[in-house]
Amino acid sequence: MTRSRFTRRGFLKATGATGFAAAAGGLASPALAQGKTIKIGFVTPQTGPLAIFAEPDAFTLDLFKKQIGDGIMINGTKYPVEFIVKDSQSSSNRASTVAQELIFDDEVDLITATSTPDTTNPVADQAELNGVPCITNDTPWQPHFFGRQGDPAVGFNYTYHFFWGLEDIISSFIGMWDKVETNKVVGALWPNDPDGNGWSDSKLGFPPVMAERGYTLVDPGRYQNMSDDFSAQISAFKEAGVEIVTGVQLPPDFTTFWSQAAQQGFAPKVMQAAKATEFPQAVAPLGERAEGLSVEVWWSPHHPFSSSFSGQSSAELAAAYEAATGNPWTMPLGFKHSLFEVAVDALTRTEDPTDPDSIAAAIAATNLDTVVGNINFSAGPVPNIAKTPLVGGQWQIEDGKPVLKIVENGDHPEIPLTGEMKAIG
Amino acid sequence: MVWVNAIVQGMLLGGLYALFAAGLSLMFGVMRFVNLAHGDFIVTAAYLMLALVGMLNVHWAFAILLVPAVLGAAGYFNQRILLNRVLGGDLLPPVLVTFGLSIIIQNALLEVFSADSQRLNAGWLDTASFQLGGGIAIGALPLMMFLAAVAVIGGLQFIFYKTALGRMLRATSDDPAMVPLMGGNNGHVFAIATLLASVVVGIAGIFLAVKTNFDPAAGPARLLFAFEAVIIGGLGSLWGTLIGGVILGVAQTLGAQIDAGYQILAGHLVFLAILVARPRGLLPKM
Repeated sequence: MTRSRFTRRGFLKATGATGFAAAAGGLASPALAQGKTIKIGFVTPQTGPLAIFAEPDAFTLDLFKKQIGDGIMINGTKYPVEFIVKDSQSSSNRASTVAQELIFDDEVDLITATSTPDTTNPVADQAELNGVPCITNDTPWQPHFFGRQGDPAVGFNYTYHFFWGLEDIISSFIGMWDKVETNKVVGALWPNDPDGNGWSDSKLGFPPVMAERGYTLVDPGRYQNMSDDFSAQISAFKEAGVEIVTGVQLPPDFTTFWSQAAQQGFAPKVMQAAKATEFPQAVAPLGERAEGLSVEVWWSPHHPFSSSFSGQSSAELAAAYEAATGNPWTMPLGFKHSLFEVAVDALTRTEDPTDPDSIAAAIAATNLDTVVGNINFSAGPVPNIAKTPLVGGQWQIEDGKPVLKIVENGDHPEIPLTGEMKAIG
Repeated sequence: MVWVNAIVQGMLLGGLYALFAAGLSLMFGVMRFVNLAHGDFIVTAAYLMLALVGMLNVHWAFAILLVPAVLGAAGYFNQRILLNRVLGGDLLPPVLVTFGLSIIIQNALLEVFSADSQRLNAGWLDTASFQLGGGIAIGALPLMMFLAAVAVIGGLQFIFYKTALGRMLRATSDDPAMVPLMGGNNGHVFAIATLLASVVVGIAGIFLAVKTNFDPAAGPARLLFAFEAVIIGGLGSLWGTLIGGVILGVAQTLGAQIDAGYQILAGHLVFLAILVARPRGLLPKM
């Protein structure tokens, strides 16, 4: 909190200056129209367990602030843009609170949020409730849409979301299994959380599709996150002769499982751990044992898309990020970038940026080729949702460093393969 | 055979819980105070180990000695400068102070090490194991953790019951008001207790660094099973903590053998059953 002290001189200076500015503005307005500042709120998990998702935040915001400069042209008027960033601390309660702060204290014109249902759902709920336009991504669409009690017949008025869904990851994961010769016996490591319960669902999850494609499922049950022991699962997998292990695990759980599996002499040919192995920072500590782990890929430098905002291709964006930060590229980079691409694009098409309904209408009409693919909210599986492509990747060690190769593109042949799926060991 | 394996793995898991719980048990035994930042201290030790070996390329043998030493010294001064001021009288202030410490430590670690999930790669040791036949294998690392837990608790037990320092610690535990009258210094004794507990925290941190990924927020999750191990074993009893850890570990692995969903539940149920049957734990000291 800053405290401003009122003095007579300060007051005169300030009023004098604004008076002058107002006068000058009034005189100049026909030629150099300047609108009020457009405020874009951004909720992101900068601290806490999800903070790994927020690594590209600073780089992305910097890029947009620089190129936007003194404003964007909307309907012939130049509007300055201000970004207000709030940390969700990886908590859904906190995300909800900061979204309220953005709406009521900062009075933002547009809210954005990324990274898991814990961030996007509470923020979108607040935006919908208070009638503020909202764009989110980086949460599979089912947990986002149905997790907020969305009705496919009605949809939402102010909140728009783009990402892939459960059907994409099932297709991509099974596509990867098909590429390796195995006995088709699959062990599942699905935890007792929204992801694990969704994936294991007997109607919408993996089981029906697996049965259809000839795979046998060995499911020891929903384990609790942050487990220190996976010996029961390993015994069950060994007994059933499992050659493929698939799951959605937190990084510590995956490492515990993977070390214990080696200690117990269990060596599957395919190991998929969504979540745990999506990030190079999480895979690097595994060293040699990262070789051959496979995971879904939502964005990579090889995706044949480019930014509508900066014109950079995926590869150029990743290279710029690596040069600026010294960190390896990560999947959220593309999505953070595309989030603001969609936001800026919608704002420039808005008829009256002071009217939330007008901004929301512009977002709804989005049909934009972004760095993560085409975003079109009218073409999604349910209203307010746009889907982005998903392919399968495998970590392969090159020069002692894990490199994520794209090895499966059954649903999206436009994204080129960069490697071949190999069995582990 | 599967069940035998579950029991063996459960005992090893119990060693891990006991190692994480020993420091907590010791501080409670002497000072009757629960350190809510215990898990965060362990994570701090893990980061220290990672920084020394992984980033500064200190030889691991030296780091293994240095981490407990640094933690012990930090624990001593933390107790003398901060915690002693709030001890005595009301039960709540020390708990609140450690709660605050927990938040401060997590955010300081986040600032220094970022939120990336980290781990110290131990090379061949990660996957080494001993085959016992019949499909039972004991991982080298879990075995080391179990042995470390036994050694730590045996060592603490020796200090407590066979040395002059231990006599002071026990006397302070029994009657903190009387010890100063006999020429003892409560502040110093408390700080020594925290020093011992912090050395154990350092050892636990070294194992955590190697065992699995950790991040600045990983501490509190370590606390729940440590509490349960301490309470099953009986407050203030060190061997009790080891037994409590093993009971908890075996209950969890046996539960998981039925269904993975019962792993944690089985541990909690056994904890509850013991609380009902023996409210003061298995080997109560007070």
